[in-house]
Amino acid sequence: MNRLHPALRRILPQLITLVVVLGCNVLVFPDFFKIEMANGRLYGSIIDILNRGAPVALLAIGMTLVIATKGIDLSVGAVMAICGAVAAAAVAGGSDVATAVVLALCAGIVCGLWNGFLVAVLNIQPIVATLILMVAGRGVAQLITEGVILTFTNEGLIFLGSGSLMALPMPFLIWLGFGVLTAILVRKTALGLLIEAVGINLRASTLSGVRGNVLIVAVYAISGLCAATAGIIVAADIKGADANNAGLWLELDAILAVVIGGTSLLGGRFTLAGSLIGAMIIQSINTGILLSGFPPEFNLIIKAFIILVILIIQSPIVQSVLFALRMPPDRSGDDAEPNRDDRADERDHSMQKEGMAP
Amino acid sequence: MLLQGKSITKSFPGALALDAVDFNLLPGEVHALLGENGAGKSTLVKCLTGAYRRDAGAILLDNQPINPRSTLEAQDLGIGTVYQEVNLLPNLTVAENLYLGRQPRRLGLVSTRRMNAGAREILSGYGLQIDVSRELSSYSIAIQQIIAIARAVDLSGKVLILDEPTASLDATEVQMLFSIIRHLRDDGLGIIFISHFLDQVFEICDALTVLRNGRLVGTAKPADTSRLKLVNMMLGRSLEEEIHKEKDRTASVDPVQLQFKNFGRSGHIKAFDLDIRKREIVGVAGLLGSGRTEMAELLFGAVGHDSGEALAEGKPLRLTSPRAAVAQGFAFCPEDRKRDGIVADLSVRENIILALQGQRGWLRALSKSEQTAIADGYIARLDIRTPDCEKPVGQLSGGNQQKVILARWLATNPRFLILDEPTRGIDVGAHAEIIRFIEALCDEGMSLLVISSELEELVDYSQRVIVLRDRAHVAELTGDAITTSNIIRAIASDGHEDKVLAS
Ligand SMILES: Nc1ncnc2c1ncn2[C@@H]1O[C@H](COP(=O)(O)OP(=O)(O)OP(=O)(O)O)[C@@H](O)[C@H]1O
Ligand SMILES: [Mg+2]
Repeated sequence: MNRLHPALRRILPQLITLVVVLGCNVLVFPDFFKIEMANGRLYGSIIDILNRGAPVALLAIGMTLVIATKGIDLSVGAVMAICGAVAAAAVAGGSDVATAVVLALCAGIVCGLWNGFLVAVLNIQPIVATLILMVAGRGVAQLITEGVILTFTNEGLIFLGSGSLMALPMPFLIWLGFGVLTAILVRKTALGLLIEAVGINLRASTLSGVRGNVLIVAVYAISGLCAATAGIIVAADIKGADANNAGLWLELDAILAVVIGGTSLLGGRFTLAGSLIGAMIIQSINTGILLSGFPPEFNLIIKAFIILVILIIQSPIVQSVLFALRMPPDRSGDDAEPNRDDRADERDHSMQKEGMAP
Repeated sequence: MLLQGKSITKSFPGALALDAVDFNLLPGEVHALLGENGAGKSTLVKCLTGAYRRDAGAILLDNQPINPRSTLEAQDLGIGTVYQEVNLLPNLTVAENLYLGRQPRRLGLVSTRRMNAGAREILSGYGLQIDVSRELSSYSIAIQQIIAIARAVDLSGKVLILDEPTASLDATEVQMLFSIIRHLRDDGLGIIFISHFLDQVFEICDALTVLRNGRLVGTAKPADTSRLKLVNMMLGRSLEEEIHKEKDRTASVDPVQLQFKNFGRSGHIKAFDLDIRKREIVGVAGLLGSGRTEMAELLFGAVGHDSGEALAEGKPLRLTSPRAAVAQGFAFCPEDRKRDGIVADLSVRENIILALQGQRGWLRALSKSEQTAIADGYIARLDIRTPDCEKPVGQLSGGNQQKVILARWLATNPRFLILDEPTRGIDVGAHAEIIRFIEALCDEGMSLLVISSELEELVDYSQRVIVLRDRAHVAELTGDAITTSNIIRAIASDGHEDKVLAS
């Protein structure tokens, strides 16, 4: 385990969980891993998970950054509804796909900036600040759709939700691309480090000359952008914008994905890969329950139970017990790096003989 | 024997913090625990109170084995503790902090009135007249420390443990604390006292135990030992007796680097004029609450000024935020390292490069190898004790955390460094080295403003000392007038005549 790359070692528990969940799915549905090619496109349960998991995966990307700053964004579901409505209204009004998408994305960013403004400038607690848009957002979406499900037939827009490229569904490619781009953005620049520093100790970071408030506004804007993308995909998938149901409760799934993925709600260290795996775990559970043929009223209970088990296994107390069981009670640490300590030790031995008692 | 620790062992990943350490405390004894930064003093205390689970060893209280699993359990057994990093609840009021878990009740409800009255009474024993119904976090770290001490004293039936209680107190408060300690000692309590101030140790302690690298070096009586021997025990080498090169007292002739004109903020600190020359070391003295930290925060832009202006070589400076100040080559090591300094979960490397990275902006990331090189450089130069630069800084010992923050600012290569209690919690060996290092930086052109409660330290290296009282500059000492007694006189003298004592 020590030879694993540190980044990989960090998401190891999530990967194991994903494998276990997928394994359970095979038990209830033996054909689970079967993948077929038809009409130039892949089909199968795994592909379905990658495709259906797109909204939560996208939301989880933005949510990870927000949570890393010790915040939370409850409005993402409502923002999805707003942006889906904007895109639908735009194509219904005769715009082309590009314009519609750009408008929807801008709407998402504006929503994010609003949240960021409330949190960073007015110092409102994130959970309250984003609750405002969570409640008001669906109203805004309804105003845009004028209370109906706004359907459209624009091929280009529909392609984003149900088309495929290189035999893979578009939603999957979009979230994967978005995830990779965000990871590069935060890890190849200093953004990731600064976000973590702000999440752990905003005061100390600000006093060190880090623009803490600007960073906080930025992560909410990114979260809004992610939600907008998710909203476009969902609308494109059903060929219409449903202000009441688009993205309903998805903010909770996104938060769960982040937590399962190993990022603490207390802020600080975050892992995008972990959150994306978390999103896939959630989608695998959803798909598994569907495939297993349980009556649908059990779905939520089973899902809650599985998630509870995952969180218990990941809880610090259980982890430390597991760690203690695994480690023989010698005192060598996991990653002892003998450099400075050695020097100190030598010095110490030589002094020991001289004794000390004056 | 009151409290006994028998071969207590504790290891952390990558470090053996305590290696079979024995410790004995008698009733009616003030027992000092000494050692370098990272020697294991705080860890020993935390093992004794159950804040850390020890790997091996036994604890006996009144010759009965005990096994506290938390600070709370230890309190119930009569062991009151003030940890090095004050662990009170910043969002509760002062009174609530003092009475947490034992609030006076009336008809089942907490009686706030009685609680506040009790709290006022407890604190008046420490000469502290403050509003006990305000949030704890609205007070300075020094006041918080006194409150933590008051709470622990109130709770300790048998043993009182104080981990560097005097680090941010000045002489008067230290004396106040000592008289309370003596009183408790005469009542038969056992007191464990951790400090890096050897003078204080010799003044108050009846016995002392020295640790080095997690091992017990030995136990002695202060009367049978000397400062020099103690330092030898702690460091395992001798500290060459500080042959102090007589400081060049002649007022600096270097050009003025920074000018603050009528600089101030109402309700914070009264407007003042201050010129800082290149290479100059300016000391700031004053009592608790005299506005020392406020002045530093104002100069650094952490709070905005509402009057006056700052000039560098005649050109106005924008000092509206720490970020703006950093861009002007300012740096500021704050007093409260836990709240304002360290980013606990980040590694030593990330903490050291944080200000530099902030200065460069997020787009121009320092590569990992550059970061490691910078961090390793300062780890070596400031002798920061850590297994490697990837260790989370929150797991370092207190003094080593302090060095990390200093390194963070030195890495930005500032032209004006503000240090608020820079040697707080730093051991005797490192103390001298850090001061020498800073003096060397000043010789290269940096100017320095040092706030310190340790007057000897200020006298030692300042070319000018500014004295604050009641949030205003009241005196400025230069040249041969800089002596401890002059500073004390300026602090104490009645406020009206603003004098400049000069040689
Ligand atoms: N929570 C922790 N996790 C890992 N290592 C720790 C932890 N706490 C302390 N250590 C390590 O144990 C050693 C002893 O630390 P300790 O805090 O006891 O030192 P100290 O003697 O109190 O020093 P100081 O004078 O600086 O306060 C150090 O090497 C430190 O890095
Ligand atoms: Mg300590």
